[in-house]
Amino acid sequence: MKPAQFGYLRPDSLAEAIGLLKDRPQDARVMAGGQSLGPMLNLRLAQPKHVIDISRLGELCDSSMSGDTLAIGACITHAQIEDGKITDVTRGLLTQVAKGIAYRAVRNRGTLGGSLAHADPAADWLTTMIALDASLELAGTNGRSQVKVAKFVTGAMETTIEAAQLLTCVLVPRLSTSARWGYAKYARKPGDFAESMAIAVVDPDRASSRVVLGRRSEPPALMQASSQVLAGKPAESLTEKLATAIEVDLSSVRADQADWTMHRAIVLRAIRTLT
Amino acid sequence: MKAVTICVNGERISRSVDDRLSLADFLREHCLLTGTHIGCEHGVCGACTLMMNGQPVRSCLTLAAAADGRDVRTVEGYEGDALMQAIRRAFNLRHALQCGFCTPGMLATAYDILSRIPDLDRERIRSELAGNLCRCTGYLSIVTAIEDVHAQGIARKGSSA
Repeated sequence: MKPAQFGYLRPDSLAEAIGLLKDRPQDARVMAGGQSLGPMLNLRLAQPKHVIDISRLGELCDSSMSGDTLAIGACITHAQIEDGKITDVTRGLLTQVAKGIAYRAVRNRGTLGGSLAHADPAADWLTTMIALDASLELAGTNGRSQVKVAKFVTGAMETTIEAAQLLTCVLVPRLSTSARWGYAKYARKPGDFAESMAIAVVDPDRASSRVVLGRRSEPPALMQASSQVLAGKPAESLTEKLATAIEVDLSSVRADQADWTMHRAIVLRAIRTLT
Repeated sequence: MKAVTICVNGERISRSVDDRLSLADFLREHCLLTGTHIGCEHGVCGACTLMMNGQPVRSCLTLAAAADGRDVRTVEGYEGDALMQAIRRAFNLRHALQCGFCTPGMLATAYDILSRIPDLDRERIRSELAGNLCRCTGYLSIVTAIEDVHAQGIARKGSSA
């Protein structure tokens, strides 16, 4: 289908973009790569009066290191991450995840910030960034603020972002050299949204251990008991402890029996691939 | 309406377009380049895939207004291109199309796979092609055609979109 009528606006600066949003709090949608909003427009699931294209704002298309944190501009594309165009602070995890997102033609346009702000629970970056304990920088009329990705997402496609706020960059802490990660994703076909995905990041030097489960209907779940088991010293009883911990964690995840079994298998697979 | 100038197959084209017009419709209706096919119109089928600034994109999910100032290459724009010639020859020899609806997108994706990835094998070609649907189920011959071109070793030299 063709989208409903809208006005296309392409601001030249971040301030102008925020101003445009402030003046149109109810009826404007921000577009970066347009790979999520585009289908919604074409299917008329979204019918905003204005589309604000931020994809050419230079400030959002860059990445930089500050201390031990990498700030990735919101408009960096999945393909740029796949191709290693940004500094690797995650020992290859971001590259691995980027490769599994949709298809190259989509990855060439789709952006990291757009995906996170869209907050589709089945999309790969939410789960990944929560596992990395990343934060987001938001810019609005009252200046800039930061929020943990886990706090930012409040529901399926729901976030704490305000009407006149823009996601400007994603702040990813550098993993230490002893950190290990594991990744597992189940989708019906390559490039499809995950039915289930899990990421485990264990970083003893930073006293951090996080296992996160992503799925279709709800925001990613931090698997606290499993994370704690992985934080402990490797022991012979780990396998048994872990099985119990995963069951504890999954007891609070709403799913039918088949999905539950799938989630358990995916979490286990992510943990087994920790390298 | 928005005034846009898009370089299409080497020719600068300036038009005033509806804000909601897709790049695919711009090419088909304003430029009369109907080689770009529109299938699902929400980014899933891959039929509308073409090159923008040398990279494959979905032209159904790209607004014409957002393509302003960009360089677009459609299936009509490969005259004299050695790599595309080889891909077309292989598609022909391997019968890698039946109805031809998916073919413009398949060619663009094949061109990208062959020029971007040095260590191609059948498995990788299959996963890279996952974003292009062929309803005549001609995947085996499409994969084989791309494999043939890769084996010829011309892919990574002297070709860029």
